[in-house]
Amino acid sequence: MKHDVSLRVNGTTTDDTVESRQLLVHYLRDTLGLTGTHVGCDSSNCGACTVLLDGVAVKSCTVLTAAADGAEVLTIEGLGSTEDLSPVQQGFRQCHGLQCGYCTPGMVVSATGLLLDQPSPDGQQIREGLEGNLCRCTGYQMIVESVQWAIENGGPGAAARAHADRAVQAGKR
Amino acid sequence: MIPAGFDYLRATSLEHAAQLLASHDDDTKLMAGGHSLIPLMKFRLAAPTAVIDISGLAELRTLELEGDMLRLGAGLRYRDLEFSDLVRDQLPLLAYASSTVGDRQVRARGTIGGAVVHGDPAADLPAVLVALDATVVLRGPAGDREVTAVDFFLDFWQTAAEPDEILLEVRVPAQPGRAWSYQKFHQRSQDWAVVGVAAQQRADGSHTLGLVNMGPVPVRARAVEQALADGAGIAAAAEHAAEGTSAPTDLRADGEYREHLARVLTAKALSEAGAG
Repeated sequence: MKHDVSLRVNGTTTDDTVESRQLLVHYLRDTLGLTGTHVGCDSSNCGACTVLLDGVAVKSCTVLTAAADGAEVLTIEGLGSTEDLSPVQQGFRQCHGLQCGYCTPGMVVSATGLLLDQPSPDGQQIREGLEGNLCRCTGYQMIVESVQWAIENGGPGAAARAHADRAVQAGKR
Repeated sequence: MIPAGFDYLRATSLEHAAQLLASHDDDTKLMAGGHSLIPLMKFRLAAPTAVIDISGLAELRTLELEGDMLRLGAGLRYRDLEFSDLVRDQLPLLAYASSTVGDRQVRARGTIGGAVVHGDPAADLPAVLVALDATVVLRGPAGDREVTAVDFFLDFWQTAAEPDEILLEVRVPAQPGRAWSYQKFHQRSQDWAVVGVAAQQRADGSHTLGLVNMGPVPVRARAVEQALADGAGIAAAAEHAAEGTSAPTDLRADGEYREHLARVLTAKALSEAGAG
C-alpha cells in the first residue's frame, strides 16, 4: 500500500509517496539524502538513528514514515550548520566528544532532546539521559563533558528550541 | 531490516479503529507506539497483513483521578507516565517503573497499552500492574468489559484480549503517600529485567508484590504476601519469593539464578517499601 505523506524536515516541507513498511530512517537517508542520521543496530538499541520527532528524541529505525505523516522532524543537519554549529555540536568539537564518529549524530540529537526536557542535568542525569545511545569506541566520559559544555553555552540551541516550541503549539509535545 | 509488506491504516477515531479491525482479517494488528510490534515485524517474528495505527487517538489519552482510581488511557506513552505529576503523586511506583523501561527514546514512543497487550513477562509494567491490582478495560463488538491484570495475562505473549477488542484504558487504585519499591536487576541500563520486583504498601500497612520475568506471565508473589500477613519478618517472607514461579532459563540467566535474584530483590523491595 502506498501513502502520500507530507512532513516538515529541518524546516522544509517534503511531499512524497511511500510504502507502508518504509521506516523513517530510510526516508530521511534514501529519499531526502540526509545521511547524517545513521543506521547502527537497526533494532532500536544503539540510538545512531535518533532524530527529533515533534520535539522529542526518537529512534527513526522504529518509526514508520507513514506514521510520521504530518509531523515535524529535526535531524543532525537541521540543528546547526558547519559555519554555525549548535551548542551541542560545538560542545562535541570542543571536548573531543567523538572518536570514530559513527554514533555522534545520534548522540548529539539525543543530548539535544535531553536538554529540551531538562535544561541543566547533572553528570548522572546526562549519563541516564543518554542511555539509549551506544558508543562502541566507549568515549562516554568526553561525551558527557561535551554535553556539560553545551549546557554552559546555550543548551539545545535555537533551531531545536524553535522546533520544540512549534510542537508544543501544535499540541504534540 | 524492513518489515514484510503490510497495509498501514491510520485510525482517526476509536470507532474508526473498531471498523477497520472488523473489516480486516485476524492477521491485523493494532499499533500504538510500535516499539514491540515494529521490531517483531523487522525480525519477521510477526507479519501482520494490516497494521491499524491508533497512536493519534485523543480518546486513548485519558489521564485522570476518578475517586481513588487513576484512569490511564492505553495510548499514554511511558514518557507521559514518567513525567506526569498526577502519576508521580498518586502512583509513584508506576511513574518510577515507567522511567526504567528501555531508554529515553523508547519511552518517547512506547505506551502502557502496548506493554499490556504485548504480554511480555520480561516487561516492567505488567508486573507492576499485577502488584497494584490494576484492571484493564477492553472494547469489543459486544461492548466494554473489565478484566483484572492478574486474569489478563494468560501465557507468554498471550493475553485475554480478543482479536476484535481494543484496550481502552488501565485502571489502577491510587496509592498516594505510601511506601513502594521497584527493584530491577539488569546488566546494562537499557536491558530488560533479568528479574524485577515491584512492592507496594497498602493503606492498611500490608504489602503486595509483582515479579518480572519469573514465568510466562507476570507473577503476583502471594506466598510472600501471606508470610508477611502471618507475621514473618522481611528475610523470612522474602524466602518465599520463588514459590509458585517457573523462572525461565535463557542467555542472560538460568532459572535457579533467577529464583535467587527474586528472593534477594524481594528482601530489598520490602525493606525499601517499609515492611517489617
